[in-house]
Amino acid sequence: MVEGARPVTGASPAPDAAGLGRARATGFLVPAMVLILVFLVVPAAWTIYLGVTNYRLTGLAAAHPEVVGLDNYTRALGDERFRTSLLLTLQFVLGSAVIGQAGLGFAIAFALRDRRGPLRRVVEGFVLLSWILPSSVVAFLWIALLDRDAGTLNALLGIPGTAWLLDHPMLSIIVFNTWRGTAFSMMLYAAALENVPRSHLETARLAGASTWQQLRDVVFPRIRGHVLTNLLLISLWTFNDFAPFLITAGGPEQRSEILPVYVYKVALSGGELGFGAAISFVMLLINLVIALVYLRMLGRRKESA
Amino acid sequence: MTTGTAPAPTTEPTGPTVAVRHLLAQIGRYTFLCAVLAFFALPLLWLATAPFDDTPTVTASLPRFTLDNFRALLDNPYALSSLLNSVYLAAGTAALVVTFAALAAYALSRVRVPGRDALLYGLLLLSSIVTGTATMVPLFELAFRLNLIDSRLGVILILSGGLLPAAIFILKDFMDSTPTSYEESARVFGASPLQIMRHIVVPLVRPGLATVGVWAVANVWGNFLVPFLLLRGPDKAPAAVIMYTLYTEGGQADLRLLSTFSLLYSLPVALMFVFVSSRYGFRFHGGIKR
Repeated sequence: MVEGARPVTGASPAPDAAGLGRARATGFLVPAMVLILVFLVVPAAWTIYLGVTNYRLTGLAAAHPEVVGLDNYTRALGDERFRTSLLLTLQFVLGSAVIGQAGLGFAIAFALRDRRGPLRRVVEGFVLLSWILPSSVVAFLWIALLDRDAGTLNALLGIPGTAWLLDHPMLSIIVFNTWRGTAFSMMLYAAALENVPRSHLETARLAGASTWQQLRDVVFPRIRGHVLTNLLLISLWTFNDFAPFLITAGGPEQRSEILPVYVYKVALSGGELGFGAAISFVMLLINLVIALVYLRMLGRRKESA
Repeated sequence: MTTGTAPAPTTEPTGPTVAVRHLLAQIGRYTFLCAVLAFFALPLLWLATAPFDDTPTVTASLPRFTLDNFRALLDNPYALSSLLNSVYLAAGTAALVVTFAALAAYALSRVRVPGRDALLYGLLLLSSIVTGTATMVPLFELAFRLNLIDSRLGVILILSGGLLPAAIFILKDFMDSTPTSYEESARVFGASPLQIMRHIVVPLVRPGLATVGVWAVANVWGNFLVPFLLLRGPDKAPAAVIMYTLYTEGGQADLRLLSTFSLLYSLPVALMFVFVSSRYGFRFHGGIKR
């Protein structure tokens, strides 16, 4: 998924060098397209249908689901728990993706920009490690780190008994997700910063520009496309991230119940598939809006360039 | 000029204030990098110490060295078999994704299918918007209707469907950049399209196939949600799910088992990462590509 954001399809070579022919080419396409259709397109479309039914996992409505129109949506909008969940998700995305991952990722990339050698390798190595380890493992690592009585963090800070996951569940998962995902932004900005001529930065520095001025006038104008790409992808990923479930399971008292966790609890634990599908559809719409806003901005940037 | 920590004011015409500021900036930079290092290393400490500690606790501490904890893996009925399940899911998905994506990418690269680019970007957009989390209800329902609940094949198919669009996109890029002249001459000598594919195209795009394969394995290895939704019993569950049940189900967690299992489960992806980064360099180049 590193691709995609800035699609660059080169001109294809001379058509049909191997004499494939339309029919065989179609045959080559079919297996992949069938899988995509059945397991990606159909579920997306089905979400829309299920969202207007009262379908349940068990009971009467399981055997004979009825179409209830927009009831699920009006119910969701009036539901305190849904609105809270939406707000928490917004906090989660802003805090851990936009500020946390993008901010920290850029800061690390900028601090390492002209470094080679062991320091850079060690810092990058640890940041990348936190990105590639399986989510159920890192979730437990954070549970252990934040443990109330014996956690390493409380031992280091000398404040045993601080129950981070109970008292500050949102802060905990925001910091966790920053830790978890910064690697992608760091690498993307490291690549982007290579496009900024070092001589320009040097000139600005010698002319007495502060670091902030250098960033604003020399660096950002050159990496705006990368920033957009980065923000789009990490917002989408964070918005749909299920890993916080592994740490707080949405608790305590739904205080860290972001939308993916909410849907899981309502639909699959609670059995209200229809209502859950309606929430899922709202999530899909929000994903679509994030993607479209980004494409708009990218398009405008190309026009003005 | 950028190597040491000391400022190098000799070549600078602007005098001592710039040198002082430069020094401060360097101090700030190193302080920041140390803080970053501490932040990222701290949670990982436990994973490095606890598996070898003879009385592991949740606190990371210098271990009194032992390898006995690894015996806990053998005592647990699901620990090792869940790793095999993970291998099975990852290998199955990677094989399916690489094969199907290669065929589709080749066809899209070499034959003018009408609306090709629109199709590709549409699928890519769709796959980034439609995620397992946002479609868990219909995926569960679909698996139920197709009799794929509690089936590892179901997990493989669902994961493949989600990974294929991006895989096709990456591979088409590789295919586009290989010359067609070999294929043309092979065709002159009477090779069939499938022979051309096997003996000429596959060897040429092998790095691309490897990239997609590694990427798919890494994705499946860590994936929690799809097997968590679809697989019912612990005998089919992959390591991601077993890991979660180890620390959520039933009273006091067995830290010997938990720590050694975490380490063993993490090791393959860590090794794969080391391999890939030493061989190809693990970073993005130029326009965020490869």
